[in-house]
Amino acid sequence: MDIQLSDEQRQVRELCRQFADSELRPNARKWDVEHQFPAEAIKKLAELGLLGVAIPAELGGAGMDNVSYALAMEEISRGCAGTGVIMSVNNSLYCDPVYKFGTDEQKTEFLAPFARGERLGAFALTEPTSGSDAAEMRTVAVKKGNEYVLNGAKNFITNGPQADVVIVFANTDRTKGNKGVSAFLVPGSVKGFTRSKADDKVGIRASGSCTLYFEDVVLPERFRLGGEGEGFRVAMQTLDGGRIGIAAQALGIAQAAYEEAVAYAKDRKAFGLPITQFQAIQFMLADMATEIDAARLLVWRAAWMKDKGIRHSAESAMAKLYASEMCERVTSKAIQVHGGYGYIKEYDVERHWRDSRITEIYEGTSEIQRLVIAANVLKG
Amino acid sequence: MDFGGTEIQQAVAAAARKFATERADPAAARADREARFPEELIRELGGLGLLAVNIPAGYGGSEAGAVAYAMAVMEIARADCSLAVTMAVTNMVGETIAKFGTPEQKARCIPRLASSEWLAGAFGLSEPQAGSDPNSMSTRADLRGDRWVLNGSKQWITSGDRAGVIIVWARTDIGAGNRGITAFLVEGGTPGLSVGRHEEKMGLRSSSTVSLTFEDCEVPATAVLGELGHGLRVALSALDGGRIGIASQATGTIQAALQASVRYARDRRAFGRPIADFQAVSFALADMRTAHDAARMLTLRAAAQKEAGRPFGQEAAMAKLFASEAAQVAVSKAVQVHGGYGYVGDFPVERLFRDARVQTIYEGTSEIQRLVIARNILSQG
Repeated sequence: MDIQLSDEQRQVRELCRQFADSELRPNARKWDVEHQFPAEAIKKLAELGLLGVAIPAELGGAGMDNVSYALAMEEISRGCAGTGVIMSVNNSLYCDPVYKFGTDEQKTEFLAPFARGERLGAFALTEPTSGSDAAEMRTVAVKKGNEYVLNGAKNFITNGPQADVVIVFANTDRTKGNKGVSAFLVPGSVKGFTRSKADDKVGIRASGSCTLYFEDVVLPERFRLGGEGEGFRVAMQTLDGGRIGIAAQALGIAQAAYEEAVAYAKDRKAFGLPITQFQAIQFMLADMATEIDAARLLVWRAAWMKDKGIRHSAESAMAKLYASEMCERVTSKAIQVHGGYGYIKEYDVERHWRDSRITEIYEGTSEIQRLVIAANVLKG
Repeated sequence: MDFGGTEIQQAVAAAARKFATERADPAAARADREARFPEELIRELGGLGLLAVNIPAGYGGSEAGAVAYAMAVMEIARADCSLAVTMAVTNMVGETIAKFGTPEQKARCIPRLASSEWLAGAFGLSEPQAGSDPNSMSTRADLRGDRWVLNGSKQWITSGDRAGVIIVWARTDIGAGNRGITAFLVEGGTPGLSVGRHEEKMGLRSSSTVSLTFEDCEVPATAVLGELGHGLRVALSALDGGRIGIASQATGTIQAALQASVRYARDRRAFGRPIADFQAVSFALADMRTAHDAARMLTLRAAAQKEAGRPFGQEAAMAKLFASEAAQVAVSKAVQVHGGYGYVGDFPVERLFRDARVQTIYEGTSEIQRLVIARNILSQG
């Protein structure tokens, strides 16, 4: 058991922290209020290599490990949770599966520009009537000669409004259930691919999500990612990694709320004393710090296992489950410490609280994480 | 970064696990029922090197480090929390003497504790009116010639009646406040030391908890442990380590609750299916597993900090707070999974439910842990 970071990991964290403090925190409130995509900040993230953190350098990435990725995700999300999820989707849900399942040809066309951050990717699994139960999807891709014809709709797709290419999951053989699903790389420019206007969300409002529609979209066979019928496996393995990203995002949101609560409590006086002198406040802060540390260890363990090539489905699920639920508790307590000021937009904790809520829902709800963990516990 | 264990750590954990499964677990229910101190098992722990895990080999210890120690306590607690606390206190007393003792004190006490020649060590800090606030202790030690004379009483002393040596804190300078407290090594059987009531506890029933009374109890000047007037430093240092022990015990308790619940949920059927098939039950198991893993890592992190010689007070407080609070939730869920069977003695979970309750109280209540953590975080930056 050694939880010390390497020098390189420490440097990544420090770099991301400085970037978040100078470029993200000062703007996050504005982006939130205006529901504005932080295009300039994303460009800078790309320059720092943060859109392809764990992708090898020869494929356009930063060539770092997954622990570094988790550290970077935490720090960026601490600055702006919406920016965090844009980064997480491009890294975990787009670059990672193209790297793992793509052919050499696909990696050249569909990975390197995305890992470099010149283009943005998205991941489309969820449908209007199929969320947690991904096997119920209705989108179909029918093979005709050397091509597939794609029909259906996907919703709540993060980066959907901006994405240059979307990984889309569709049934290629409805009789085979999970084994009849395939994944496709769908460029935004193809005929028959349209997008709704962006969703109006409670939180993470700097990131955009929308519904994607596919009407007789013709895709050459070389756009299929992985084998035919392999799509469900692609999706599940991708989410094992994606959950580390979201857990780290939750961690960053909670850390921001916690730091602001400590700063506020040191300043604010009541009954003639700084409110840090009251156990009611002290104990909330102590609980927040403890739960954040517990979550961080769960996140680092899952990332470390991924780096070691150890199967980490249950560990990612535990990290995601605990970090996201912790995040909601911690951000709520941060509001409580701020009192009335916590409820208005003069302070950032109300945004952190709104941002936290999605972390318990996307990339597998808390309920799905518990299913994954329970299956592991009962198997053992 | 490495979340795995070293070979030595794995070997110590494996030895503890084997002993826990084969020896401690089968005896735990009866020992609890009869409130019987498990003398033979303690001797076996001594034989396995588990009474002095993090103590130099030169004094008969295993010298396996603080992480291995935490892992060992988790394994023993999984089988029997009572045995785990007896073991943990002896380890803590040995470590404290190893850290603060003179060469003579170490040579006399540690090998006897490590080998179980002395069945236990004890830690005499709490008093009837001084728990979380040791500054308010009233036990005193007065110098008469070259000997110290102790008078007063101590409460809730684990293994106090079985201990070959007890670390006793007393006031040596009444006017000096917390600078006037000194630690002493008092051997069992010293004239003037008497064992009072055996507490009738709701849990940890096969560990021994007694009050101790000192009536003109004389010890030589060489019995002072550490420096005169610096007793509180000795106590706080020991408690930082002790908290890792209790966090480990609580982590083992969660593991026991989970294992019992998994076994029961697979066997027990309702509405035509094993109850493990129902999300109401399986999600409870998922939460127990998640809490266990978080508690385990917080605990091992604190132990690793200690082993590396870095400050670990805040980490130990977090581990103790989190693990002991999580244990309360886990044992209650385990009883719930078992339904009526969870409320009777046929299954281990009712014992776990009782045993766990003290974990948020002893070696610093949850409230004290939160004070320690808050003080730390508010003094930073």
